[in-house]
Amino acid sequence: MGLNVSKQLTHYLKSFSLYELLRGMGVTGRYFFKPKVTVQYPEEKTPQSPRFRGLHALRRYPNGEERCIACKLCEAVCPALAIKIESEARPDGTRRTTRYDIDLFKCVYCGFCEEACPVDAIVETQVADYHFEQRGEQILSKAQLLALGDQHEPTIRQRLAADAPYR
Amino acid sequence: MAWFEAVWQSFPATLQTLLVIVLKISAILLPLILAVAYTTWAERKVIGAMQSRIGPNRVGWGGSLQPFADVFKLLLKEVVIPTQSDRYLFLLAPILTLVPALVAWAVIPFADGMVLADIDAGLLFVLALTSMGVYGVILAGWASNSKYAMLSALRAGAQVISYEIAMGFALVGVLMASGSLNLNAIVLAQSGSVLTWFVWPLFGLFVVYFIAGVAETNRAPFDVAEGESEIVAGFHVEYSGVAFALFFLAEYANMILISTLTALLFLGGWLSPFQGLDALLAVPVLGAVLGHGLHWLILKAAVFLFLFLWLRATFPRYRYDQIMRLGWKVLIPVTLLWIFGEIIAVAMGWQPWL
Repeated sequence: MGLNVSKQLTHYLKSFSLYELLRGMGVTGRYFFKPKVTVQYPEEKTPQSPRFRGLHALRRYPNGEERCIACKLCEAVCPALAIKIESEARPDGTRRTTRYDIDLFKCVYCGFCEEACPVDAIVETQVADYHFEQRGEQILSKAQLLALGDQHEPTIRQRLAADAPYR
Repeated sequence: MAWFEAVWQSFPATLQTLLVIVLKISAILLPLILAVAYTTWAERKVIGAMQSRIGPNRVGWGGSLQPFADVFKLLLKEVVIPTQSDRYLFLLAPILTLVPALVAWAVIPFADGMVLADIDAGLLFVLALTSMGVYGVILAGWASNSKYAMLSALRAGAQVISYEIAMGFALVGVLMASGSLNLNAIVLAQSGSVLTWFVWPLFGLFVVYFIAGVAETNRAPFDVAEGESEIVAGFHVEYSGVAFALFFLAEYANMILISTLTALLFLGGWLSPFQGLDALLAVPVLGAVLGHGLHWLILKAAVFLFLFLWLRATFPRYRYDQIMRLGWKVLIPVTLLWIFGEIIAVAMGWQPWL
């Protein structure tokens, strides 16, 4: 009985002194002065993993020859059916693609194409921010993909090297 | 200057008085509206800081022009009037919310005698006008012809009526201590030193008044009228553009009003906390800064305004029945008890505030 009364008393004392409320305000009050965690995006960026899967690119060998041999493994493995390949024999007898389209609206950026590729031709780059202004622009052609590969070759190399030990 | 004098003298006396009053009103309203704009900015910055963010920082220097960007955006947007709504009341409601929030400033003394309308029943006037604001909310909820808005109007009505009582009782305590309803006289009754401010003898009433004030303005944690998780945005779901902006203007003007009133009634308004320390106040420049004046009122009101934002950043929303319980079963008994104690003190001639 006596215990109950003292319990009630402390309860009343706690409620009327706004103890819990002031404790809560203490927490927000402390955070008011703490350093902020905001990353100001276009100027600052969060670190990117070498496994990041962004915009696609087709790579070349150092001698300038395109890597892709039109085996169509990427087309076969693509779960979103985003890749369309047509191929023909070149005058020198090798098989090459005449058409290599990736529909970026269909693509789910799973990276299976990159894993399926026997010659490391199709890769995903670290590029995360890109946009389209006209319908139709979302389909990357072979020429565009090769150009992207040429443009980003140094970072693609770094990325593959960083991830190589785990493959 | 001479031609100005001549033009001025050529006006009839009534026009002169009218012009002077209009000038006084704009001298109060323009800084007030600017203060409202920057309160919205301060709110986003303060709450951002408490959530480890930095808040708006893109428009102007450090985001300082953000309120203007917001205003221009809202001004350029279309005011959509729902087809099934009561058009006339729908457009009247935001005005009816805003006008009492602004009119109440007529009786606020900014410094000794610096008041637009020095009426004797100032406190009563303020109490009447702060409760008028809820008519706009109820009308908005009803005229929108939306279920969410209607529910919100009911909640707001019940809440404001409940807390009005606690607020009124808290004010009764103040007027018993000061012996006047005139706000200027109430502040002057607190002069002496920091220890003669009404916060100390009326501490309970002070806390109740501020809590009731937060509830009156429908601010977090008493913002069931907005309650975005249950009723979208409450009474202003159907509003857009300027009409929506008016509701916001009214809400923030009310916040500033409640903060200023708390400062006036309990913390000695424009009175300097260094009152009584004559040696300090005799120092040439420092004395003027530390002496009585508008800046003390602004500073005190700013503290309470910050408290409004702090509360919003800290507490989750009260459930509706909890709001009713707090209002009727806690705040009103507390004020009654405190007033009872005060009555005994007055009857015994033991008045600690004198």
